[in-house]
Amino acid sequence: MQRSRMHISEEVPGVSDTILKAEDVNTYIGQHHILQGVSFDAKADGVTVLIGRNGAGKSTTLKTIMGLLPASKGKILFRGKEIQTCKPYQIARMGIGFVPEHMGIFTDLTVEENMQVAMLNEDDSTAERLEGVLTMFAALKKFWHTKAGNLSGGQKQMLAIARAIVNDISLLLIDEPTKGLAPIIINALIDAINQIKQHSVVVLVEQNFYMASSVGDVFHIVDDGRVVHSGMMADLVENEELQSKYLGISKAAK
Amino acid sequence: MAETIIKRRGWEIAIAATVVLYLLPLLGMDLKTYLTLTIAGLAMGMMLFLVSSGLSLIFGLMDVINFAHGVCFAWGAYVAFSTFTYFDNLVQANSIFLNLLVFFMAIVAAMVVVGIVGVIVERVLVRRVYGSHLFQILITFGGMVVLTELIRIVWSPNDEVMPVPMTFRGNWDLFDIIVLKYPIIAIAVGLLVFGVMQFVLKKTKVGKIVRAGVEDPDMVQAMGHNVFFFFTAVFAAGAGLAAVGGLAMAIFNQQVYPDMGDAYLIFAFIVVIIGGLGSITGSLVGALIVGLSYNYVAYLLPPLAVGVNILIMVIILLIRPTGLFAAGK
Repeated sequence: MQRSRMHISEEVPGVSDTILKAEDVNTYIGQHHILQGVSFDAKADGVTVLIGRNGAGKSTTLKTIMGLLPASKGKILFRGKEIQTCKPYQIARMGIGFVPEHMGIFTDLTVEENMQVAMLNEDDSTAERLEGVLTMFAALKKFWHTKAGNLSGGQKQMLAIARAIVNDISLLLIDEPTKGLAPIIINALIDAINQIKQHSVVVLVEQNFYMASSVGDVFHIVDDGRVVHSGMMADLVENEELQSKYLGISKAAK
Repeated sequence: MAETIIKRRGWEIAIAATVVLYLLPLLGMDLKTYLTLTIAGLAMGMMLFLVSSGLSLIFGLMDVINFAHGVCFAWGAYVAFSTFTYFDNLVQANSIFLNLLVFFMAIVAAMVVVGIVGVIVERVLVRRVYGSHLFQILITFGGMVVLTELIRIVWSPNDEVMPVPMTFRGNWDLFDIIVLKYPIIAIAVGLLVFGVMQFVLKKTKVGKIVRAGVEDPDMVQAMGHNVFFFFTAVFAAGAGLAAVGGLAMAIFNQQVYPDMGDAYLIFAFIVVIIGGLGSITGSLVGALIVGLSYNYVAYLLPPLAVGVNILIMVIILLIRPTGLFAAGK
């Protein structure tokens, strides 16, 4: 597999290998031109956060990367290989885990069955990862034989993440994991993502600025179907002007 | 208060009400007739279950309305008809072993032939129209017409008498109640198929992936499973199950005719809607409800036999719009 060493860009200094690269990606949903040329990189050793207003195209970006929506134009490169024409299951088998916005839990299946559907191999390393995942999310072990539909919102989110990281993945795409969750659970998720980023690159779509700034290393602001600003998360935390311009965060709201 | 009781005890109340409702026909007939009709109703229910469970899985997993499903029923009946005609000596033999042998040979032949027909229909017709119900109805309706005409060409345009294996004929006399033999065999086959399907869906990885796909096929794809492979497999299995339903019904009615599938397709749709999309248990319960109601009402008030099932469907939809056992969507 081709793996290119990227130059450290001026905009986003301090990170190394590019795992995922989106170049001028255009996506339509029906007649609507949602992504109008999204370009960004996600590099190893960090969490890349896509932030922006509702309807800006963040979730559509993740779905397009996953192959669930076809890109009408542009390229998506995963470890240097073009994947924009691949089927979702092929993309998943390349080592990309996906946690969609509504978690995609199979509510009629038990927690155990959800995990079994997720596990692509039944080798020792998968069993080891499963053990690690169940240590990270102890609640799942407790409700192992419970129907996933009966879990709480936080537990469902844990299950959704657990399903994605039980395989040997090098990139995890997570879409708004904090949506509708209580603050205490958000803190647990922050811990989890900080653990996950030790093993794989994470691309996170997040509206919750507290979550985004707690785990993010690099940010890209998506607006009207384009990436309009990129930089280090630490700088965005300082830059209130940018926050209010694109994210609608005012001092009072914080 | 009343609301919480209904919520907590909803299933018990529903089951009790159903039992009372299904004892009501006793007011209009004697016990013997009632029991005979009950067994006939259960047998019809099992055959409907075979047709509708495949339809339900196809509908639930792939969101495809398959009008060609009924013709798979007819094809199954005709393949069994040919098997029985070819092995006539086994059919006429007065040995339960040889009769069961030819019966299971017919089941395997029907499932294989119609399963292949199912693969062809899915690959050639249905795959082009995923996501569009209107085109699915049109193209599978076209498929149905072509496959029905093929029956007329391959076999015959006329009705044929379906042979019945020797030991399946006649009845047992239990305490003065006449119990026909064949319906009992049909009920046993239905229960066997139900058990096998439950095992595959609940205990095997393929079954779990199919159940997950019924809820969210996109997510199953995003987890690394080729959903289209499972679509084809389920389509073939669904067609095969309809074929078994068809052969069971042909032996029951002792006849085969080219458009025999049409009559049962409407029942199969009613069963799927009552039972809930994508649920095998729902298909079984729905099929038994329809089979029993049809037989009781056909005896008491013949013109209302189909209508009463549509009425039941409407009532169940008013109470549970997703059907009795719909897989969570």
